[in-house]
Amino acid sequence: ALVSVICPPPQNYPLYIRSVPTENELKFHYTVHTSLDVVDEKISAMGKALVDQRELYLGLLYPTEDYKVYGYVTNSKVKFVMVVDSSNTALRDNEIRSMFRKLHNSYTDIMCNPFYNPGDCIHSRAFDNMVNSMMMQVC
Amino acid sequence: AAATAGAGGLLLPLSESEQQRYSELFSRCCPPPEAAAGASSVGELFRASQLPPDTLHQITEVCGAKRVGYFGPAQFYIALKLIAAAQSGFPVRIESIKNELPLPRFMALKNDSEVRYGTPAELHGVKFQVPHATLEKNSYKRTDEGDKQEPKSPPMSPICSPPASPSTYQRIPLSYGYGKSRSGLEQQHGAPYEVRHSTHQQDAPSSGNYGAKPAHCSTLNRSLSAEREQQDSSAHYSDDPWRITEEQRDYYINQFRSLQPDLNSFISGSMAKNFFTKSKLPIPELSHIWELSDVDCDGALTLPEFCAAFHLVVARKNGYQLPETLPETLLPEYLQAASLKPMRDCALFDSYSESLPGGQQTRDFSRTEKATAEEVPDNSALLQDAKKDDKQALKGSTALKTIPKEFQHLTVKTAAQESNALKARPRSRSYSSTSIEDAMKKGEEPPTPPPRPQKSHSRASSLDLNRVFQQNTQAVRSGWLPPPPPALPPRPPVSQTEQVSEVELHPQMNRPPSQAEENSSAKKEVVLAQPPSKPARRKLRTEAQGLETPELSPTINVTSSLPAVKPHLPVQKQSSKQKRAIQTAIRKNKEANAVLARLNSELQQQLKEVHKERIALETQLEQLRPVTVL
Repeated sequence: ALVSVICPPPQNYPLYIRSVPTENELKFHYTVHTSLDVVDEKISAMGKALVDQRELYLGLLYPTEDYKVYGYVTNSKVKFVMVVDSSNTALRDNEIRSMFRKLHNSYTDIMCNPFYNPGDCIHSRAFDNMVNSMMMQVC
Repeated sequence: AAATAGAGGLLLPLSESEQQRYSELFSRCCPPPEAAAGASSVGELFRASQLPPDTLHQITEVCGAKRVGYFGPAQFYIALKLIAAAQSGFPVRIESIKNELPLPRFMALKNDSEVRYGTPAELHGVKFQVPHATLEKNSYKRTDEGDKQEPKSPPMSPICSPPASPSTYQRIPLSYGYGKSRSGLEQQHGAPYEVRHSTHQQDAPSSGNYGAKPAHCSTLNRSLSAEREQQDSSAHYSDDPWRITEEQRDYYINQFRSLQPDLNSFISGSMAKNFFTKSKLPIPELSHIWELSDVDCDGALTLPEFCAAFHLVVARKNGYQLPETLPETLLPEYLQAASLKPMRDCALFDSYSESLPGGQQTRDFSRTEKATAEEVPDNSALLQDAKKDDKQALKGSTALKTIPKEFQHLTVKTAAQESNALKARPRSRSYSSTSIEDAMKKGEEPPTPPPRPQKSHSRASSLDLNRVFQQNTQAVRSGWLPPPPPALPPRPPVSQTEQVSEVELHPQMNRPPSQAEENSSAKKEVVLAQPPSKPARRKLRTEAQGLETPELSPTINVTSSLPAVKPHLPVQKQSSKQKRAIQTAIRKNKEANAVLARLNSELQQQLKEVHKERIALETQLEQLRPVTVL
């Protein structure tokens, strides 16, 4: 299972949530929201090195099911969150990083689209395709 | 006896004389065995009708030729009828041609007497479809099963909605095959001319056409297979609705010009947004169109990207569904190669009319450009492939006549590469510091320091260049922007000949003031470029260099990639060279400005963020301070 979320500042509400498979989505949503808080914490604690490629966040493990939640923050404080099954041990750090980078790339592409108003939910087909393909790869 | 020319559901009544006339005109414009009329002959014919050009444009649009990209028999016939309508004073609409109309009149063609032909009611099964029914999938299926009628040639008409997915385009060759055979085998297709429709009337007739296609595929396969092969070979007139015709391209280029006079520059996102919003398409669709057409994702549209976007808008307005990915014929590289060719042609011949030595000189320019193109950092395989092509083409071409095309191709590719590389580069900037460093390093290595040993050129009578180079060693490092006009930027593969020619241009310039201005402006820009942080500077330089290569290629109109670089003194044609050089410089400056502006905005952004950080830190400090004081 893989969930990805994008939340830009300052509101920090998710512009885009996609999960595969689609059951338990509510739980993922919840997970994501709580992890956003943790991400915020991390950012503020970071101080000078505000530009961090990624952060590996392993702390949020549920007792019943294992999840790894990864976070990623850009220069402009846009947060990307990914929730992955812990059972998916094949996923390595580098892969997570590359996935975040892809997400980031696609996100900037969307931003370049003059028809996109920042703050809107993201409906881009290209973006969806990219995310889907990424998730298919993982699951 | 009335015959109908079905064109994707538009069932036109044609009287015998009309049919005769039209087919005669069609064969005149389109020598068999081709299937579609040559655009130029069609254009001539239309102009002979003495209608104003925008009427003719309208006619081409309405008849569907613009959309399908060629003049098939159906489009041609409709167009002829529309011309007749226009000449009779009717508006250019499909409705107009329902009525009785005289034959279209063409000057310099024999004028036929007017003939009335049957109203639609007379003909059997002729019905007229109201423009733009939406395609319903169920109707599609129904016609698949039930419809036995053979549709007319290319099933696309301006009125009817086309298939929903690109996959159905596969079917098109079949129907096109039908249409092709028509010109040749008219007797055989007497029956097909009469299209009776039963079930698919109300719904999208085009779907009926598509439905009927597979039904008739088998029957006409044999006869059509030959034509289809011909069709495949005539790649120019394919059924691809995503192919842009010359007229369409011209129209798009004019629109581009209205937004942005410099055809080599881009339209910003907001301008494009305003422009395309006028088309009244819903925003999500426009958003998707943008996504498709802005290939390098830089928030701006170059000319080919703009043409692609416009074409998609036109297609969408005509009822086509937007594809998921950009069709091949709308790719910027494809469009650039196709479009820039004709544009370059005139410039090319102009330059050819000048003396050959001038050509040689610019030849040198072009060689250095290509060499610099190699130097410019690039990550994509496309660039590298193109480079290889460049090299091969360089070696291969000998005849002067063939050189123009090669050069165009090369310079187009170079330009495309450069612009792509250019645009790809700013993106890498926004990511983590590591990637910035990478980009920096890449930016650094290929453009090795300009003060190269070659500074002293063979004919170095003109000290300017030497002095200039020395002065600006530092400046070059820090983002040297347009150097003195005729002098090419001191980039690595600067050959001696190039410098020679620069040198020669230099003294020949009769406009010292402008030179001085440009010198000073260049220096100013250099100075300006220095304050920004180092990475930005380096980036700027590579961008500037990258900019200048595409700049050079369009402006330097000469071709030739003769293998030998001849360092002899070319004879100067002063004024035109000067003008060109000045224009070059102006354009370079403009592009540099654009780049700088963008750089500026990005830096501003960074600055803002840094400010925020600072404020945050300061507040933290404030909070901590009282504690320590105690």
